Amino acid sequence: MSNIVSKVKKNPFAGFTFSKLLTEGRAFIALAVIIVVFAYLSPNYLNLSNVIVMTRHVGLNALLAIGMLLVILTAGIDLSVGSTVGLSGVLAGFMLMQGIQVPGTHTVLYPSVWVIVVLCLFAGALVGLLNGILITRFKVAPFITTLGTLYVVRGTALLIAKGETFNDMTGKPELGNTGFNVLGLGKFLGLPTGVWVMIGVALLTAVLLTKTVFGRWLYALGGNERAAELSGVPIKRVKIWVYTLSGVCAAATGLIIASELTAGAPQTGQSYELNAIAAVVIGGAALSGGRGHIRGTLLGAFVIGFLGDGLVIVGVSSFWQMVIQGAVIILAVALDEAQQSSKKKQKLAKAASDK
Amino acid sequence: MSQPDVVLRAKKVRKEYGLTVALNDVDFDLVRGKVTTLFGENGAGKSTLMKILAGIERPTSGSLELDGQDISFSNSTHAKSHGISIIHQELSLAPNLTVRDNMFLGSEIRSMGGRVNYTAENDKVREIMKRLQHNIRPDELVGDLRLGQQQIVEIARALASDARILIMDEPTSALSNVEIEILFTVIEDLKSHGVSIIYISHHLEEALHVADYIYVLRDSNMIATDEAKNVDLPGIVRMMIGREGVGATALDQKTDQIVLEIRNLTIADPSNPARLAIDNFSLKVHAGEVVCLYGQMGAGRTELLETIAGRLHQISGEILLNGVDISGLTIGNRIKTGVALVPEDRQRDGLVQLLTVGHNISLSSVSDFVKKFIMRTNPEIVSIEKKIQDVRVKTSSHKSLITSLSGGNQQKVVIGKVLLTGPKAIILDEPTRGIDVGAKAEIFQLLTEQAKHGLAVLFATSEISEAMTAANRIVVLSKGHISAEMDPKKVSQPDVMAAADDKTSKRRIGAGA
Ligand SMILES: Nc1ncnc2c1ncn2[C@@H]1O[C@H](COP(=O)(O)OP(=O)(O)OP(=O)(O)O)[C@@H](O)[C@H]1O
Ligand SMILES: [Mg+2]
Repeated sequence: MSNIVSKVKKNPFAGFTFSKLLTEGRAFIALAVIIVVFAYLSPNYLNLSNVIVMTRHVGLNALLAIGMLLVILTAGIDLSVGSTVGLSGVLAGFMLMQGIQVPGTHTVLYPSVWVIVVLCLFAGALVGLLNGILITRFKVAPFITTLGTLYVVRGTALLIAKGETFNDMTGKPELGNTGFNVLGLGKFLGLPTGVWVMIGVALLTAVLLTKTVFGRWLYALGGNERAAELSGVPIKRVKIWVYTLSGVCAAATGLIIASELTAGAPQTGQSYELNAIAAVVIGGAALSGGRGHIRGTLLGAFVIGFLGDGLVIVGVSSFWQMVIQGAVIILAVALDEAQQSSKKKQKLAKAASDK
Repeated sequence: MSQPDVVLRAKKVRKEYGLTVALNDVDFDLVRGKVTTLFGENGAGKSTLMKILAGIERPTSGSLELDGQDISFSNSTHAKSHGISIIHQELSLAPNLTVRDNMFLGSEIRSMGGRVNYTAENDKVREIMKRLQHNIRPDELVGDLRLGQQQIVEIARALASDARILIMDEPTSALSNVEIEILFTVIEDLKSHGVSIIYISHHLEEALHVADYIYVLRDSNMIATDEAKNVDLPGIVRMMIGREGVGATALDQKTDQIVLEIRNLTIADPSNPARLAIDNFSLKVHAGEVVCLYGQMGAGRTELLETIAGRLHQISGEILLNGVDISGLTIGNRIKTGVALVPEDRQRDGLVQLLTVGHNISLSSVSDFVKKFIMRTNPEIVSIEKKIQDVRVKTSSHKSLITSLSGGNQQKVVIGKVLLTGPKAIILDEPTRGIDVGAKAEIFQLLTEQAKHGLAVLFATSEISEAMTAANRIVVLSKGHISAEMDPKKVSQPDVMAAADDKTSKRRIGAGA
């Protein structure tokens, strides 16, 4: 039997056959349909400038979704990311506009922009760390933990900003803290900084997931936590890291948004966590853990972003937008369930023919 | 010869998974009111045939005949409605549900108005448990039960369905001798009520003992069938593996160097912290030595081994590896220092079902293949393939999904994973659960070979023949105590069994030495 198989010449493009695309890429199909439909409905949809704008929007959700993917791979969930987006923007605004008062003195320090960025990312990491510790040490379920921190973090952001918005976050030359808007408005090779951040983070995470021990541990942990633990996977450490990274991604998103708007509002990011989860799920990940990849998640983010912007461009009312977006999420996932079985069969056949 | 009354018949049944042929045009007859035993190595196709008979899988070609009529089952419920019930090799219970809810899942007893009649269900559970001489309560959570008890529930579920054809795929792999005896009386009882039974077990003596008719599968082909009274054990082994069977024998290669030492270990029972699972246990395992921990279910073997591995924590006492106390280390660090466990329940604790065969094998040693933060897949694959050969996993490729392997081959993957970590001491909890004769011998040979290179081996078993042949020393555990330490060459089987029986055992340390 194996003799016959080994004589079949290996096709170098075997990985990219059309049927594989069909079975693997429901997100891909969804995206193609969306692009075709809106390009037909609105001539401006596929303008380079519009595509770049849409991609910028996608980048924000994608950044959150990448962090969310890591969490979902462990069979967890992170509902607090939207709040962290708000907190991060507010913190940046606060430090930029009001500075940090050195305790016990009247000296006020105005940190330079890169220090602010680092501190905001650090704050995001702390939120994630808190989630991770509550989940692993105190055994609170991820859903409950992050639902709690969703409120706590949002409240903290509101407290810091006293409910107001920090406007005009451009910095002052005499304080040496200008340049914050580069993050959101700067461009490199025609693409906004935010998009580059998304590309960079996506590449790094792809390497993390496929080429490092951490990635292997992540999939094992999500697949069977008990077996992973007995195999020596430090499950608590992995989980804490995952939530921390998700927090950092959320803080980065918050920074980019604040920089784009040159404003930090404590309400920013409300319900963003749901968009992120939707992107991950449309991208083929299982909420039960152990299944999912970056490629899918990015496509998922594009589906949601291109759909949302497309609906705006063709002038669909915002109520209908919600209805349609919800329907697309359900449709995409329902399609996947139907495809899982045929995909499994193909995999088996492939595994059998690999020898 | 009178024509036997065939109730269920498979005609030229063929099953292909991709390019794997799991069954090659197989014929099979089940005689009414008799026990038919199916023998075959791991991966021979036994479970596949059973799944087809029970309507879980559909044959690629071939047909089934029930009571002389052609029939084709669309799913397992359909087969069930014709009175065919199956006890699965891999437990298929919902751990979050009670014993009762598991037993009646999908076939609840309803009272008028459609509400579930819990009283009737509870009564039925108690009645069946009484038949099996167990006192598992209907409202206990299945997840809280020991593996052996879960298997009892699985059997009870099949009994509850009042099937007229009962398929038992490895029903006894986690049962004690006493429980197996009880099951056999139940089988006799069922037979006298006209129930036809298919029985599969890698405990060959037991399987031959209950059989009226036998079938032998080898490499997906049905190669023999006969009445049980015409065949003997060596003959069956020969048919199964195609050559003379060899038992594993322990070699005397023990050295003076102590690798694993356990001092005064006391462990609480995880399900009932007021009770002690292990009470003041001490043991030394030397390099090159194979020690068997023999005892009945509930003697504390699993608790002891899981504590050594680091999953459970002791109340007091020390665990030393090469003289260094490892009790404070995490599981991962214990594996790095050289102690690794092959757990009892491979589905729950041994395997990650979503991963490939290869990634399961390398799971415990992934960090060894890292260079500058990045995993090097080539050396990893080389190591994986070597282990696949070492432990003789039957798989089409290391890229196959682990769930596509037969039960015994999955077990070999777990052992391969542990061996790949390069352990100094390896501990195995019922390592031959669901493994065929050939592979059993192979696995113990493998362990003996590793022992020659200085590995210390500690394995727990409830199978007496294994204890007698594969070990250099038998430590008998009874109710958390060592009730005897014996040299298998100098004692007889009944001696060891008597020492393990918690009713008769007295402290007989050193008996027979
Ligand atoms: N779902 C599946 N997909 C692909 N291959 C499969 C699948 N199920 C079984 N096989 C293959 O079919 C063959 C027969 O497997 P089966 O489970 O019937 O063996 P078995 O005789 O029950 O072995 P064991 O004694 O180990 O339980 C094996 O080679 C196995 O890898
Ligand atoms: Mg089987």
